[in-house]
Amino acid sequence: MQKKVIFRGRLLPIALLAPQLAVTFVFFFWPAGQAIYQSLLREDAFGLSREFVGLENFQEVLSDPTWLNAALNTVVFSGCVAALALGLALFLAVQADKSLRGATVYRSLLIWPYAVAPAVAAVLWLFLFQPEVGMIGRGLRAVGIPWDYRLNGTHAMVLVVIAAVWKQLAYNFIFFLAGLQSIPASVLEAAAIDGARPARRFWTIIFPLLSPTTFFLLVVNLTYAFFETFGIIHALTNGGPAKATETLIYKVYVDGVENLNLGQSAAQSVILMIIVIALTAIQFRAVEKKVHY
Amino acid sequence: MATLSLRDVRKSFNATPVLHGIDLEVADGELVVIVGASGCGKSTLLRIVAGLETPTSGQVVINNRDVTGLEPADRDIAMVFQNYALYPHMTVFGNMAYGLKIRGLPRAEIEKRVKDAAEILGIGALLERRPKQLSGGQRQRVAMGRAIVREPALFLFDEPLSNLDAKLRVQMRAEIRRLQRRLGVTSLFVTHDQVEAMTLGDRLVVMNAGRPAQVAPPMEIFSRPADTYVAGFIGSPAMNFIPATLEEGGAAARLAKGTVIRFADGPRPGPAGMPLTLGLRPEHVVPGDGPDSVPLSVELIEPLGSETVVHGRGPGGLAITARLPGAFSGAALPVRLPAGHLHVFDAGTGRRLDP
Ligand SMILES: Nc1ncnc2c1ncn2[C@@H]1O[C@H](COP(=O)(O)OP(=O)(O)OP(=O)(O)O)[C@@H](O)[C@H]1O
Ligand SMILES: [Mg+2]
Repeated sequence: MQKKVIFRGRLLPIALLAPQLAVTFVFFFWPAGQAIYQSLLREDAFGLSREFVGLENFQEVLSDPTWLNAALNTVVFSGCVAALALGLALFLAVQADKSLRGATVYRSLLIWPYAVAPAVAAVLWLFLFQPEVGMIGRGLRAVGIPWDYRLNGTHAMVLVVIAAVWKQLAYNFIFFLAGLQSIPASVLEAAAIDGARPARRFWTIIFPLLSPTTFFLLVVNLTYAFFETFGIIHALTNGGPAKATETLIYKVYVDGVENLNLGQSAAQSVILMIIVIALTAIQFRAVEKKVHY
Repeated sequence: MATLSLRDVRKSFNATPVLHGIDLEVADGELVVIVGASGCGKSTLLRIVAGLETPTSGQVVINNRDVTGLEPADRDIAMVFQNYALYPHMTVFGNMAYGLKIRGLPRAEIEKRVKDAAEILGIGALLERRPKQLSGGQRQRVAMGRAIVREPALFLFDEPLSNLDAKLRVQMRAEIRRLQRRLGVTSLFVTHDQVEAMTLGDRLVVMNAGRPAQVAPPMEIFSRPADTYVAGFIGSPAMNFIPATLEEGGAAARLAKGTVIRFADGPRPGPAGMPLTLGLRPEHVVPGDGPDSVPLSVELIEPLGSETVVHGRGPGGLAITARLPGAFSGAALPVRLPAGHLHVFDAGTGRRLDP
């Protein structure tokens, strides 16, 4: 049902498109082009000379154990974040979908975290988990867990995962809730009459009918965990201790901004860019194929 | 093999009473149609029987077992919804097999039952399709199939035909009737369509604002409506209502303009001068001049082919509709009101007055 508007001449359409194109060009194509260009060069530490090295930067990156470590961290981190953020959000949405008193208050409270800036969220979790002063940190120590995310890499990973999940929960929650509310009540009633108990109704009716939403959110959450958790990691752990929470995106920053190794940092960026494009392509494919019922 | 009893079932939604005490006995294998205007509580009643709503008070008894507090799953019922409520992510086979799988029937048995039901309903070729790939009529059949395979004690239908076009509706109506007879399953059928109600039901429950106005076989409802609501609701075009008063010791009625009509079947009880409402179906209004005929000025003529519906107005603004065989044209129509077809109601309570 698309309506095609036909403009006469060329000037008007171009003028109308120009702002959008300019923005895309300045903020995407140009930096992307720069990144690709840089990734093929090697620059000396002072930025005085550069030479063309072809794919050498990529070779070095891909065989660099610290990059592989970051890649592994990213997989663990993203997997945990996506699984937890989706699972918890789905659980909360199912609870919120029940007609309870005060459901609207409950819903809006759950939506708030989304409005909190990543750094603020990180500081909040820092306060809670700080081993000496944080409430949870002290509590954990009191029950005998030697909690210290500044020394223990696993603890640090747990902390960034919790913060990242908390931040993403609201977004997932909204989508799951909308998905749940679009399932016709009569379908669930029919299942109840067919003899299905609540748990069975969830797994055989609700969950499959939510699968388009779940898939969409999975891609969004992976993208989020890959690329948008820089702020949280930066504020909480700085990628430490001993690079235990250094993800790919964080390493791009460390190598490029802190170590000024532009060529390698650019090569890493390009690799990330390819991952993003792949994820987006999968998502578009899915949207086009319409897994909807 | 099942019977259903409703005992003083009441329902209020947040202090708004919707059902005011429904009593109903449905015999084994009987098809009872619940009919009434929109919002009178038909669906609510059906959902209470299904266990999807809890009654505020009263009992639902299926096969002498009080099921009022039981989950839908434990009531051994099947329901066909107005929007069919098929499982969109399952094939037709999956939809029909769902309830059987939950009951843990062996695979072979499930397949046999689904195949048989699909055969009966003529959807055998559609088993691998998804609901989205079906037409409205086919979906309706799948919904029926899903109910049949379960072999439940009780079928519940909530306006299952209202989303179909007129022709398909007539066809499915006959099919449902045939199927219900053949399977002999006790059924409750909700509709607001009086033709559907008349043709399908062994008995009708005519609901008026949460109360059963009359419970009786279709022809009795038509020929002896219990009150003015039922009289006006069943029959199309609707019955004419003519205000009158009781005269001659209950043996006659006097119309506003003085015309006296003597009852053909005997005197009605009541004091002289008691206000009455006389009911006369449009098909019983006879054209003809005479000393006691009512002159109508014609307002609207609706030719229906084999007959013509004439809407006219008599003296004192009295609206009268007549259904005449053949064609009609003209601006005036004197009609007679044959005493043999009159229904007499108490104008105060609306209840039928019998001799
Ligand atoms: N969940 C509910 N909460 C509050 N009121 C309700 C609820 N369900 C139904 N009602 C009210 O109860 C009354 C009866 O509703 P019901 O659905 O039984 O009508 P119906 O006879 O099936 O009408 P229709 O022919 O339009 O389907 C209506 O006035 C409706 O507004
Ligand atoms: Mg209804």
